[in-house]
Amino acid sequence: MSKMMMTKKGKIADLRSAEEIKAERRKGRTGVYLVVPGMLVLFLFFALPVIVLLSMSLYARPEGAEIGEFVPALEFGNYVTVLSAYWSELVRSFGFALIATVLALLIGYPMAYLVAVRLRQHGLLQGILLVLLIAPFFSSFILRTQAWKQILADEGWVAQTLKLIAVLPVDGHLTATPFAVVAGLTYNFLPFMVLPIYANLGRLDTRLLEASGDLYASPMTSFFKVTLPLSAPGVFAGTLLTFIPAAGDYVNAALLGNNRNTTMIGQVIDSRFFKVIDYPGAAALSFVLMLSILILVTLYIRRFGTKELM
Amino acid sequence: MKQKIGRWIIPAIGGLAFVYLLVPIAYIFVFSFNDAGRTNLEWRGFTLDNWQNPCGAPAVCESLVNSLQVGVVATIVSTALGTCIAIGLVRYKFRFRKLTDVLIILPLATPEVVLGASLLAQFLNLGWELGYTTIVIAHIVFCMSFVIVTVRARVSSLDPRLEEAAADLYSTPRAAFWKITFPLLVPGIVAAALLSFAMSFDDFIITNFNSGTFQTFPKFIYVAATRGIPAQANVIGSAMFIVALLVVIAGQVMAYRRRKRLAQG
Repeated sequence: MSKMMMTKKGKIADLRSAEEIKAERRKGRTGVYLVVPGMLVLFLFFALPVIVLLSMSLYARPEGAEIGEFVPALEFGNYVTVLSAYWSELVRSFGFALIATVLALLIGYPMAYLVAVRLRQHGLLQGILLVLLIAPFFSSFILRTQAWKQILADEGWVAQTLKLIAVLPVDGHLTATPFAVVAGLTYNFLPFMVLPIYANLGRLDTRLLEASGDLYASPMTSFFKVTLPLSAPGVFAGTLLTFIPAAGDYVNAALLGNNRNTTMIGQVIDSRFFKVIDYPGAAALSFVLMLSILILVTLYIRRFGTKELM
Repeated sequence: MKQKIGRWIIPAIGGLAFVYLLVPIAYIFVFSFNDAGRTNLEWRGFTLDNWQNPCGAPAVCESLVNSLQVGVVATIVSTALGTCIAIGLVRYKFRFRKLTDVLIILPLATPEVVLGASLLAQFLNLGWELGYTTIVIAHIVFCMSFVIVTVRARVSSLDPRLEEAAADLYSTPRAAFWKITFPLLVPGIVAAALLSFAMSFDDFIITNFNSGTFQTFPKFIYVAATRGIPAQANVIGSAMFIVALLVVIAGQVMAYRRRKRLAQG
């Protein structure tokens, strides 16, 4: 307040910084008009449905009822039933998502670094690679996953070559394996990892690296002490944007997996809803999935989070 | 020696990763020229038939038109509502700010299966018939959070002194908004709209939960995948990719020109 200077008409002379002006938000009706319609949509079709889902997860099936007939109840046993039946699918989903996230980070960081830092002086090449990085967002991901399935198929040349050089046993498969599902997850969510890291590394001041080099840091040390910490917010956002959708995904598991040891929780939820018509069970599993992700994400934010994320 | 390896290892891994990213897209493109017949699984010879007659296979174009219709409506509504929220939240005072923040961020931290399942539970409860309307609503909901986050970042990076300066020059708040603030927000709004459209157009999981018998392009491919996808789907996939490339390139060129203009001006 001290920096404000009142002029004759009581108008505030502009001695404040941008931050100070920003901090002072306006009051008024306009704000309400702007925010209420959208928030109403979010309330009616996000918040309320989650509550409906929660209540549906406690429904009970009366004795002798027809398929798909349930009555409102407080049947907490539903959770016990589905958790004991599908515990391994739940754990597997998080395991696959975790491996895919780590792989996407290991592949995606060099990509982002290449485009954002190494090619900074080569505008055209940088532009081309950036375009190639964004463009997969616009091409159908199911079509791409299906393409992988055909590329890695038993008759395909990749599998044949690997068998020829004895990397893969003669009766081995590339598709319909956990390997294929994790590779598919990694592939499909890779751009979500790369783009936030790219955005962060794009702002990296390379003079800092020169400075650390001048102070006798090896390139390796410079990377781990300067570059990586400065790009941490990007890595943080990228890992969340990869892990969350990967944990709930079922397209990769359905197209690239088999039905024995690759089933993910999303597939189970889908089939309990549509094939088995077990709404309470599906709802309970959905709720468990949502809650476990929220808990994991909260723990992760507590541990590594930065303010910049929000 | 060690230095040299270090110099090359990042371009090498990065380059390989780009190949990994683009292999399936190249595959889709090549097989759009396959003289495939009913199943497009192995190479049977080059043809232009599929490109000349992209609607040749049953239901391909129908599902494409459906997806475009859903995408356009969902994009317009979610961008409009989301932009209003972003501006309102940055510029105005509110009670319940924590609550609104949670309501905006939570859909982003919710996997698609859960969003899809909860909306389905809601629609079942309301007794609504699944179809076009329910898909559009579902898409609006999951696109809106992305729009809010994208545009909000843009709004809060604006220098508020610009509006104050306009006010000092006797501009009404309304004129200052439309002449100063809004033009500066346009690139962010366009980016958010493109993102929304891409997500809506490509969405499968949420759509699958809330569409009933309504066919969208991703749904069509997913169902066709068990029997073999017609080559016409590859044509449409490739064409989409090319259009996307052109849009992204145009965006890059515009951003480049803008930077240049700002640097000169």
